Amino acid sequence: MSFRYEIRLSGSGGQGLVLAGQILAEAAAIYDGKNATQSQSYGPEARGGSSRSEVIISDEEIDYPKAVSIDLLLCFTQEAWNKYGRDLKPGGILIIDSDFVTEPKDRQGAVYALPIAAMAEKAIGRSLVANIVALGLITGITGIVTKESMETAIQSRVPKGTEKINLKAFGCGFDKAIELKTN
Amino acid sequence: MNRNQLNIRLMSGNEACAEAALIAGMRFFAGYPITPSTEIAEILSRRLPKVKGVFIQMEDEIASMASVIGASLAGVKSMTATSGPGFSLMQENIGFAIMAEIPCVVVNVQRGGPSTGLPTNPAQGDVMQARWGTHGDHPAIVVAPGTVNQVFEWTIKAFNLSEYYRIPVIMLLDEIVSHINEKVILPDPSSLAIINRKHTTKMPGEYIPYQNNANMVPEFIEFGLGYHYHVTGLSHDESGFPTNTPGIVNKLIRRLNDKIEKHRHQIIKLKTEFVDDADTFIIAYGSTARSAHFVARMNRAKGIKIGFIQPLVLWPFPGKEIADIVKNAKSIIVPEMNLGQLSHEIECACARPVISVNRVDGNMITPEDILERL
Repeated sequence: MSFRYEIRLSGSGGQGLVLAGQILAEAAAIYDGKNATQSQSYGPEARGGSSRSEVIISDEEIDYPKAVSIDLLLCFTQEAWNKYGRDLKPGGILIIDSDFVTEPKDRQGAVYALPIAAMAEKAIGRSLVANIVALGLITGITGIVTKESMETAIQSRVPKGTEKINLKAFGCGFDKAIELKTN
Repeated sequence: MNRNQLNIRLMSGNEACAEAALIAGMRFFAGYPITPSTEIAEILSRRLPKVKGVFIQMEDEIASMASVIGASLAGVKSMTATSGPGFSLMQENIGFAIMAEIPCVVVNVQRGGPSTGLPTNPAQGDVMQARWGTHGDHPAIVVAPGTVNQVFEWTIKAFNLSEYYRIPVIMLLDEIVSHINEKVILPDPSSLAIINRKHTTKMPGEYIPYQNNANMVPEFIEFGLGYHYHVTGLSHDESGFPTNTPGIVNKLIRRLNDKIEKHRHQIIKLKTEFVDDADTFIIAYGSTARSAHFVARMNRAKGIKIGFIQPLVLWPFPGKEIADIVKNAKSIIVPEMNLGQLSHEIECACARPVISVNRVDGNMITPEDILERL
């Protein structure tokens, strides 16, 4: 069976989850040379409502682009966990913003519960970059994309003039992941 | 780094559509933004002025389609992009463009319907509207790509077909293929075949605007060069002026339809995989072809003889061609995000029942949905 890695980024509209998914997919598909797709599902609201962004990374053609059995789930809101938690495969990795998601009970497998938005606020002064902090965590925890490719993709995708703070946000998440893994 | 300079890029279907349209030579876009098609307008509003093209946001989709027709008559390759509700509003002027033989491309990114339906969710409910949305006996060319690479390729082909046959070509996308981001290998633009409408060599005064030709497509000349002729939605003779004369009207309507039907073999395109020894076939188009391909691929790996057929052109309908491939099939499965619009056509063409797998809840058809019916 060939390799297929499924990531779902979930939260509410306006949290930058679509952009985060695009950055992940671009890093994997263009700079790491794998195949990747990013697709999304969101409501008509510009902000609020539930939002999810899915990234599939594979070494072969990706026809069906939606998650079938999630390897990594990121939840920024309690609603997202309630809605999508059951789609995470046994042994899959869960990353939650612990200020907004009550740690799920009876969860088998790896759970990373971190105050992601607060980390962004503390490191950058803007909780807005929580999505990029989360990308740092995902990269550090899984190694599914390389750090260098992620940095290139962030610079190519974020609004002009915000590259520096976004790279800093990414570094903040990445370093935290490495720290957690070595402890 | 500037990602726009790479020739391998992560792109959405809407982005690929806009880029390919520019490569095809499109220099006029008129539209009214509507989810999930908006990115096409957004991108072109930035890109067109840089290549001396024109982007105009009109007051609605009726006016958008009208100005696309006007720009094309002035000799500029033109397009619009919309979604269900806007596509409904465009129908009258699409009929005008078919009758007056004005090339243009109309992108309809399908979302849940009827009416304003589900703005952010995918659907494939406009298959019949794309064919029969405007009134009267008329021809149609409708293409339905399912991947971002196919969107790129078929946007260029849509312009080529529209220019060659002087007809509006409808691109039926859906929210999935429009918004999915995936890897696209951009071809060298100079390697692509670009077709332009055939211009007359006749002088003003000699030129007969709707004169029949060997290929049934009249020669074109743009307004603004001193040629004066009449363009109308009324039935007309070769001079372009209205007529009620039965023989002339009969000839016109038959020529309009024949110019597509008699060239159908040059227009239609089926993508097939694993069909040679297959006893079960999955036939799917647009983003649903992705789920169908997934199922075919997974089952082939298990030794199950499933064939995959993706019509990239829905109209003219490739009925004979599909029937020929599936003639010995044990079963035929047709998944689509509607209540069986193409299933019915396939049943008629193959003169046998098919298993129609349907979804109208705003979600993509999953491999499981298809597997349950195998």
